[in-house]
Amino acid sequence: MVLLKMKFTQQRRVRLAQGLWLMSWLAVMCGTFVFCLGVYLKTEMIRRAEVMENTEIHVVPNILMMVGLASIGTNWVATRVCQDSLDASRFPRWKVLLLAWFVVAALLCVLLVAVVVLSYALQGRLEESLKVGLRNGIRFYKDTDVPGRCFQKETIDRLQMEFRCCGNNNFKDWFEVQWVSNRYLDFTSKDVKDRIRSNVDGRFLLDGVPFSCCNPASPRPCLQYHLTDNTAHFSYDYQAEELNLHNRGCRQALIDYYMDLMNSTGPGVLSVILIQMSVILSLRYLQTAVEGAMALEDPEGDSEGFLLEKGVKETFEDVKAKVLAILQFGQVDPNAEESADTEKAASPTPAS
Amino acid sequence: MALMLVKFDLKKRVKLAQTVWFMYWFAVMAGVLVFSMGLFFKIELRKRSELMDNNESHFLPNLLILMGLIACGINALGGKICYDSLDPSKFVKWKPILKTFLMVCIGFNVLLFVTGLLCFLMRIPLQFTLAEGLRNGMKFYKDTDTPGRCYMKRTLDLMQMEFRCCGNDNYRDWFEIQWVSNRYLDFSAKEVKDRIGSNVDGQYLMDGVPFSCCNPSSPRPCIQFQMTNNTAHYSYDHYTEELNVWRRGCREALLSYYGGLMNTIGAMVVLVTLLESAVTIGLQYVDSSLSTLANPEDPESESEGWILEKTVKETFTDIMDKMKAMGKGSKVEEGGEAAAATVS
Repeated sequence: MVLLKMKFTQQRRVRLAQGLWLMSWLAVMCGTFVFCLGVYLKTEMIRRAEVMENTEIHVVPNILMMVGLASIGTNWVATRVCQDSLDASRFPRWKVLLLAWFVVAALLCVLLVAVVVLSYALQGRLEESLKVGLRNGIRFYKDTDVPGRCFQKETIDRLQMEFRCCGNNNFKDWFEVQWVSNRYLDFTSKDVKDRIRSNVDGRFLLDGVPFSCCNPASPRPCLQYHLTDNTAHFSYDYQAEELNLHNRGCRQALIDYYMDLMNSTGPGVLSVILIQMSVILSLRYLQTAVEGAMALEDPEGDSEGFLLEKGVKETFEDVKAKVLAILQFGQVDPNAEESADTEKAASPTPAS
Repeated sequence: MALMLVKFDLKKRVKLAQTVWFMYWFAVMAGVLVFSMGLFFKIELRKRSELMDNNESHFLPNLLILMGLIACGINALGGKICYDSLDPSKFVKWKPILKTFLMVCIGFNVLLFVTGLLCFLMRIPLQFTLAEGLRNGMKFYKDTDTPGRCYMKRTLDLMQMEFRCCGNDNYRDWFEIQWVSNRYLDFSAKEVKDRIGSNVDGQYLMDGVPFSCCNPSSPRPCIQFQMTNNTAHYSYDHYTEELNVWRRGCREALLSYYGGLMNTIGAMVVLVTLLESAVTIGLQYVDSSLSTLANPEDPESESEGWILEKTVKETFTDIMDKMKAMGKGSKVEEGGEAAAATVS
């Protein structure tokens, strides 16, 4: 029982080949789109590599780039097959390649689905990675004289200004860290000595934040220092003040940004999957219809096209049997050699 | 003796027509490019019109948009003419208007070249507009409660952060105006009363700058207030400190940004003018080669193509004569009428 049989006249075969040729070129464009998307995501992640602790999330753009390139090649082969399909002399050379093509194309679809799933599944890992990366960034903010860390200050400042965020979870993270370098602290002044003595580690802690936390939309000039002290500033209430600094934490801001990026590409990737699947199905129909037509006496007559020659279950059994045969072929050979050796060993003895 | 005479047989004519048709399609795309550049420039001016007192002149981007549209139209028409020139029956309908069309093309090329020149020249009025606008913008920084000006603070802060600049000429411009709103000043404090009393207008002036002037590349946390007082900060020397705040003035930053944009657009427009001149010359060759067939009935006969039928000097004198004749013609008519009037 054939799966999804369809009758094809010569006219219909020609139409199918032409339509498939166009669709394959469309699929090549889609492959380019997927590749460019992968490149864009990768550059965005590399730009923020300093605040990410590990690179696990890079698997999403890596797969996208690979799949994009592979799909360009695969669909280009499909266009060549379409062009040759109506010419009985040139089509047979593609016969061997087509099975491999179907396997590769199905694999590409599976990988694309995996990418969509991964981009949601890796959100937790991204969050962890950002948490640690930002915490380190804030800790090393003051180390502008330590080689290897001297750009942390600039990186964090630019990040906070661009993403309109402050600190890891919120601006209070800056209260727990010494973010002013010791080179700029006057250790003879009372204020500095008090603050250093006020905690176990001897750090200069302030209730203040760097300037990059300031919100430009605030109606009042930015208040950076003595934030918890209402009397330090005129007409200021620490609990009620909302616009002075950015309220968001940078971890949340970055996660929102990356998730938005990956979500907005979701529909694009899904439509690429649909197009690729329709190319696979149409090529299968074309292959079976053209092969059927070539087998007839009248090559211009009607033929049948189908997806699977037998039903799904039967095809599965067939494939399983074939695979086992190949495996057993490898196994039977040693047995056959052994029995041949034993026979050879056995046969001379009676003679001698 | 014609200018740049070239002999044509059928094959050469076909090749010429195809090449010119192809070039016309490039020219259509160039027209789209000019249009989109004009649009982009217009949007960039609109984005910062607050900083220019809403006074900026949109003449240049509007002109670019118009030129882009006309270029698309003219080049599409020219391409159609070239396409039809290969078929004598279709070409016949274009023949009467071809001379006029070529004149229009030449006029358009001149206009396009003038537009390109304008792109380089309009930098100067823009400079004055920017200077004026920024000075006023800074004055309204503190007016976050005045309707119509409440976004000036945010606009200026975002601009200083984006363009990495501070003040009009440099950061000291902020010392000369009051940029803290009166709502946040404690008028009972001694320091505030001192500062207000220290100048004629009663303004709260300080030697400090807004946070958007801070330079993230500075190794030390930003020093915004009491900038001229070396003793207010540890290990600080006002004269040698370079990385603390942005040194560039915003007028210079914005001018170099817009100037660069206008230079690029001007260069592109000049290149597009060259392309347009090339296609006009190509069309002239197509026209002249098709009108000088040795045997008008036989499309395969040889012909000649040129840019000008006579030499430059002779063409010029011809044009002058024609204009004089037109002038005399109207004079003679007037004389004739006057004579007829006196007679009757």
